Amino acid sequence: MEFTSFLFYLFAAVMLFSALRVITARNPVHAVLFLVLAFFNAAGLWLLLQAEFLAIALIMVYVGAVMVLFLFVVMMLDINIERIRLGFWRHLPLGAAVGGIMVIEMAAVLTGPYFGLDNFPAQLADAAATAEGSNTKALARSLFTGYVYPFELASVILLVAIIAAVMLTLRERKDTKGMRPADQIAIKRSDRVRLVKMASVTDSNASNLAATLDTATDAKGGASQ
Amino acid sequence: MMNALLETIQQWLGPLFPLVWTLVKIVLILIPLLLSVAYLTFWERKVLGWMHVRIGPNRVGPWGLLQPMADGLKLFFKEVIFPTVADKKLFIVGPVMAIAPALAMWAVIPFADGMVLANVDAGVLYLLAIGSVGVYGIIIAGWASNSKYAFLGAMRSSAQMISYEVAMGLALISVLMVSGSLNLTEIVRGQAQGYFASQGAGFLSWNWLPLLPVFAVYLISGVAELNRAPFDVVEGESEIVAGHMVEYSGMSFAIFFLAEYANMILVSAMVAVFFFGGWLSPVGFLPDGLFWLAAKISAGLFFFLWIRATFPRYRYDQIMRLGWKVFVPLTLLWILVVGVWMMSPMNIWK
Repeated sequence: MEFTSFLFYLFAAVMLFSALRVITARNPVHAVLFLVLAFFNAAGLWLLLQAEFLAIALIMVYVGAVMVLFLFVVMMLDINIERIRLGFWRHLPLGAAVGGIMVIEMAAVLTGPYFGLDNFPAQLADAAATAEGSNTKALARSLFTGYVYPFELASVILLVAIIAAVMLTLRERKDTKGMRPADQIAIKRSDRVRLVKMASVTDSNASNLAATLDTATDAKGGASQ
Repeated sequence: MMNALLETIQQWLGPLFPLVWTLVKIVLILIPLLLSVAYLTFWERKVLGWMHVRIGPNRVGPWGLLQPMADGLKLFFKEVIFPTVADKKLFIVGPVMAIAPALAMWAVIPFADGMVLANVDAGVLYLLAIGSVGVYGIIIAGWASNSKYAFLGAMRSSAQMISYEVAMGLALISVLMVSGSLNLTEIVRGQAQGYFASQGAGFLSWNWLPLLPVFAVYLISGVAELNRAPFDVVEGESEIVAGHMVEYSGMSFAIFFLAEYANMILVSAMVAVFFFGGWLSPVGFLPDGLFWLAAKISAGLFFFLWIRATFPRYRYDQIMRLGWKVFVPLTLLWILVVGVWMMSPMNIWK
C-alpha cells in the first residue's frame, strides 16, 4: 500500500468517526469540536487530491472563523439536550429523506464519467490542467478573468448580508457609557469649562472684611472654575 | 562527506528515509526554538528589570543564566490540578491546541535560501490558516476550566484574535501584490531586487519602506494576536486574574507559556520575512545568511519586550475600535494605493 493511500484511509476514517460523533455527542461543545476535527480531515483529503487552495481555505474560513463563532454561541447557550432528543422519532422520516437525497447526489457526482460530468466545468479543468505546481494561481486567474462578474456579484451579496445583519440587530442605546474617541478629540475648552464672573464680595455687611478676604475669595473662585 | 553519509543512510532506510529525514529536520528546528523560548523568558525578565531599574533574575547560576532551567524543572514536577467540575479531556486538549499551531507554522518559514522544511507554494495561506486555529486553545481552555474568569478571558480572546486576523490578512495582501507570490522564499527573494539593492543599500529595498503603513498595521496586529501588552486584556491580571490560564498549574500552564513565547518568536520571524528581507543582508558588502534572520528576529523580540515595559493596557473598546475602524480601512486603502502604484509608470516592482 502506498503512503498516500494509507493517509487517505487514515483521514477518511477519522473524518467518518468525528462526523458520527457530531450527531451522537451528548455535549454540544464536544459536537462542535468534532465538527472541527471533521473539517480538518476533509482538508487533509483535499490536500491529497492536490487541491491546496480549497484545503487551506476550508481551514481558514470554516475552522478559523465560522466554527469559532459557532463554539462561541454554543458555549453561551443553555442547551437542554434531553428536550432536543424528544422529537427524534417524529423527525426521523424527514431526516432520512434528506439523507437519502444527499447520498443519491453524491453517488451521481462520484460516478461522474457515467453521466458525462467529467467535461462539465471545461474552463476550470483547462486552467487546472495548465497549472504547474500551484493551483492557487490557476484558480485565481480563472476566478478573476472568466468568472469575475459572478465573483464580484457574490461578494456584493455577502456585503449586503453583513449590512443587513448589522442593521437588524443594531440598537442605538442611549444609556451606555461608551465613548466616542472622535468626540473626545474634537472637544474644546469652552465645552467643558465655564468661567463664571463673580463679585469678590456679595454681602454689604461683609464690606469691612472685603479688603482682608479679597485674596482668599479670588483663590476660592479660581479653584471652583 | 556529508552527502556520502546521507546516501548511505538513505540506502539503509529505504522507503522510510523521507519520513526519518523530515523528522530529523523537525527536531533540528524545534530544539533551538524551545531553547530560544527558555532564554526569551529569561531575557524578558532581565530587560523588564533593567527598564524598571531593577536587576532581574541573578541568583541561579552565573548571572542567573540557569534560571529558565530551574523554572522548567519546578513546573515539570508540580502537580496538575483539575478543577472539580472541569471537562477533563478538553482541559488537557486546550494547551495542546495552543502550542500545536505555534510549532506547526515553523514548517514554511525559510531560514536561508532553500533552507526550509516545506517549501510550499501557498506558504502565506498556510500561515494564515494555521494561525487562525491558535484561538481554539484559548477558547477550549476557557470553557473547560468551568470558571467565569477563564470563560471571560476566552470570550475576549476569540473576539480580539478574529478581529486582528482580518487586519493581518489584509496587510499581507499588499505584500502579496508586490511579491507576486505566496511562497515565502519568493517573497524574500523579491526584496533583494530594486534600485537601492543594486546600489548596495539593500535595506531600503525591503518591503517595510514602500509598505510602511501596512508594516505598522502588521506589527501592531501581531502584538494583538499574541495577546501581549498593551493588548493583554485576555489575561488582564487586574480584572480577570489570568484569563484562560487561571485554573492551570504545573506543566499544563507551562505549555501555554511555551506557546505564547514560541508565537512571539514566530511573529517576529514573519515580520522579518515579509517586511525586512528575511536572511538578506542590509548592505551589499556583507554576505546574506541565517544570522541576519536571527538578528532581525531578536530585534523584533526586543521590540515586544520594550512595548510591554512602556505602555499601559488598552481598554477593550479601544482595542476593537483600533482593529476594525483604523487598521482595516487603512490596509484596504493601502491595497488601493499599491494597486494604482503598480499600474503606474512609477512601478518599482517589476
